[in-house]
Amino acid sequence: MEHALLVIAAALMMGLGAVGAAIGIGVLGGRFLEGAARQPELIPMLRTQFFIVMGLTDAVPMIAVGLGMYVLFALAG
Amino acid sequence: MAAGETITSSEYISHHLTNLVLGRFADGHWGLAHSAEEAKEFGFWAIHLDTMFWSLLLALFFSYLFWKAAKNATAGVPGKLQNFVEIMVEFVDNSVKGSFSGRNPLVAPLALTIFVWVFLMNLMDLVPVDLIPRIAGWLGVHHMRVVPSTDPNVTFALALGVFVLIIYYSIKIKGVGGFVRELTGTPFETKSPLLKPFFFVVNLLLEGVNLLAKPVSLSLRLFGNMYAGEMIFILISLMYGAGWALGLFGGALQFVWAVFHVLVVTLQAFIFMTLTIVYLDMAHNEHH
Repeated sequence: MEHALLVIAAALMMGLGAVGAAIGIGVLGGRFLEGAARQPELIPMLRTQFFIVMGLTDAVPMIAVGLGMYVLFALAG
Repeated sequence: MAAGETITSSEYISHHLTNLVLGRFADGHWGLAHSAEEAKEFGFWAIHLDTMFWSLLLALFFSYLFWKAAKNATAGVPGKLQNFVEIMVEFVDNSVKGSFSGRNPLVAPLALTIFVWVFLMNLMDLVPVDLIPRIAGWLGVHHMRVVPSTDPNVTFALALGVFVLIIYYSIKIKGVGGFVRELTGTPFETKSPLLKPFFFVVNLLLEGVNLLAKPVSLSLRLFGNMYAGEMIFILISLMYGAGWALGLFGGALQFVWAVFHVLVVTLQAFIFMTLTIVYLDMAHNEHH
């Protein structure tokens, strides 16, 4: 029973994190493309900022993925 | 890993996830842990020897490389090493100039160290999963994890160093009073003495979480990315034990994942450096 609960917990952590990250980065990417289409000469700068904000948006979902993998493999065997 | 003995896939995975732990046994003698349970008994004083070794080795390698380039630097046509080091230094310099508005000679070298060191530590993830642990096994060392940034000890150490610097510079630039005022007086400000204690508590809660979130998110972001990446490498390498066809397919998958992971490796080092610069900039500024 405990093993099953651990596996479900890991799945929930990774799944919900994935949903959050996907929606957030999707919106961010859309705004990036919009800005790039308006002012193509700013693309390098926008690209740098895009990656910075993507790293921030990805942080908590990635923390969830890391901890989920730990739960799945180190705790639940 | 003893030769000639077949192990299950979960044993393979847990073997690759176990650090080489030095610690004090219950009866007082120091020695290496032989299993994860023994390592857990060591408690706080467990030392992950493999993490220490690889992180220090990479730090020495980075220091030696950059020192050599600086020592042999010429004003004429630069050689390859000098060229490379100049590209790195210029890149970090531009990043710092773009995000840091104060005057502090510590920030740019700190940013360079963080970027190159974290990048090198992350790069160890691209070494094939079994290569170094197998060689270490021949030399008698039975557990070895070569990527220091998958060890939360390392990422927390880096983030705590940055956190100490944030608090130090906040107090140095704004004074203890100014620092405390910033933590308890913003974002809700009031002149009425009735509301002051109530806002004090609310502000402290909000600003406290904001302050503590910085090192925690910095360290766990790097840890999560690297741990997940290493995990996937280990899982794909499980395929090598399943016959020729799956083995070749596993090889191709490893290559594809490694190519993607190069982006993650560089990006995480860059994000760690950029956030360090931004946090230090926030510590230097007078108010929000």
